[in-house]
Amino acid sequence: MADEEDELPETELSYDQKKEIAKWFLLNAPAGEINYVAKDLKAVLSDEEVYKEAAMEAFPVYNKSHMICLEMPSRAGDVIVSSYSEITENEYLDPRTAQVAIVDHVKQICTKVRPANDEELPSLYIEEYRSALDAEIQRYVSESYPKGMSAVNCVKGKDTEGPGSEFELVVIITAMRLSPQNFCNGSWRSVWNIDFQDESQVLDIKGKLHVGAHYFEEGNVELDARKEFQDSTIFQSADDCAIAIANIIKHHETEYLTALEVAYSKLPDNTFKDLRRKLPVTRTLFPWQNTLQFSLTREVEKELGLGK
Amino acid sequence: MEAALGLLRRMPPKQSETALSALLSLLPQHSSDLLSQVDLPLQVLRDTESGKDFILCEYNRDADSYRSPWSNKYLPPLEDALYPSSELRKLEVEANEIFAIYRDQYYEGGISSVYMWEDDNEGFVACFLIKKDGSKSGHGRRGCLEEGAWDAIHVIQVVGPEEEEMAQYCLTSTIMLSLTTDDESSGKFGLSGSIRRQMKMELAVAEGHLCNMGRMIEELEGKLRNSLDQVYFGKTREMVCTLRPPAEIVQMRLPDS
Repeated sequence: MADEEDELPETELSYDQKKEIAKWFLLNAPAGEINYVAKDLKAVLSDEEVYKEAAMEAFPVYNKSHMICLEMPSRAGDVIVSSYSEITENEYLDPRTAQVAIVDHVKQICTKVRPANDEELPSLYIEEYRSALDAEIQRYVSESYPKGMSAVNCVKGKDTEGPGSEFELVVIITAMRLSPQNFCNGSWRSVWNIDFQDESQVLDIKGKLHVGAHYFEEGNVELDARKEFQDSTIFQSADDCAIAIANIIKHHETEYLTALEVAYSKLPDNTFKDLRRKLPVTRTLFPWQNTLQFSLTREVEKELGLGK
Repeated sequence: MEAALGLLRRMPPKQSETALSALLSLLPQHSSDLLSQVDLPLQVLRDTESGKDFILCEYNRDADSYRSPWSNKYLPPLEDALYPSSELRKLEVEANEIFAIYRDQYYEGGISSVYMWEDDNEGFVACFLIKKDGSKSGHGRRGCLEEGAWDAIHVIQVVGPEEEEMAQYCLTSTIMLSLTTDDESSGKFGLSGSIRRQMKMELAVAEGHLCNMGRMIEELEGKLRNSLDQVYFGKTREMVCTLRPPAEIVQMRLPDS
């Protein structure tokens, strides 16, 4: 083996470069692991200032993309931190209780709540649709997800007073299972955009599912599964829409879960084989002491132009 | 250092190169430790003289050149470079030939390389490498994979003075893999990861070192493949079912729960 040549010490990284690297590590932490990453990162950086600034910038992005749930004080329930419920970087709307939660991103807690004011809430007309859907989704989530949370936010047209205009609701379903003592963490995130199109009297539904899992006991393995969906239904009363939408979501998500199971079951004997077989075609172990026979056969095959 | 390794364990396996280079720039004083403890997906170079590809690693590198196991020459050419002794080179040549057949049998494609060099300990060290692209556009026979990569690194330290009947073999195997399927029903399904294990054995040299090393590698590779498939991927599957149990289980719940 060659002698290792001493590398010339690299020029010291600039403050900004270090910060960008720190942010990259934080943003790429798997679900539920950002605090472990933060701890290791602080040790590697050994620079409080850089870490603090990187954390201030990275945590909000991470929290929103992972749609973390924070408990609101006085047992009002949980608020989901997402780009759909964002009022300002530190304030997130919980439409179900009509409150705005003020959060500390780096500490990942809700520090206090205040009632939402009128400009932040949707109109009564929209709220009819939103709350009916919210109730149906809550019912679905509590049935199907042992530790799931959901929210329905209006992201477009929230001030619409009555029929005659478009509006858009977003359904978020998020579930996390954290088991660090078993070296295993996972998360499920669904985002469903429902576009209420007044003109065509049709609801355009687009869904995005993202499932992740990380197992790291004496190794490191990650699952990253994603799927997009498209569907539609007719524009009806608030209650009927809610039921129709919830059924559509339930149908697609259940089907997807089944498809995932199928993909997993195909792994050992099909998919994995494209990487490495369990055994050679001969169904016996490789004859290390007798390979002469193999190489001769190969030579003959090549000469005669016989394909495998 | 421990914190650095901790970080690497948590970053997505597919991003391990980016993570490692970020750590190297933050901790230049630990670069040789980091490089020796962390494995990255293998790189390949073409040996134009023999027309065959060979795998690059620390074990065939001298300065910025790499030695091809086919021609035994450094690319780019290097003066005063290190070479194995002619006896060891003979073993190396044989190992490359036989390992290529082994690779063919299990991997139906891919690239392999074996490098050997003398050790101070009355023995030698051998490194067996395999790189396989299992995607449909690569060597994936069944067309299941949109993307698929398998990198195996087996380093065996052999200690055994010539006259003795037995020799000690210490094998450290690292497997890195990633696979992605993309279809109508399950969308984009991706699994990736790496594991490393060790195996020590004392064996009779009667059938030759190659035989002993080969059998150990075959055994450990098989174990790692099964472990990845059943234990590691299995745990992620369990996690998905914990997050959202399949419908049948939900229906079985008692009405008043």
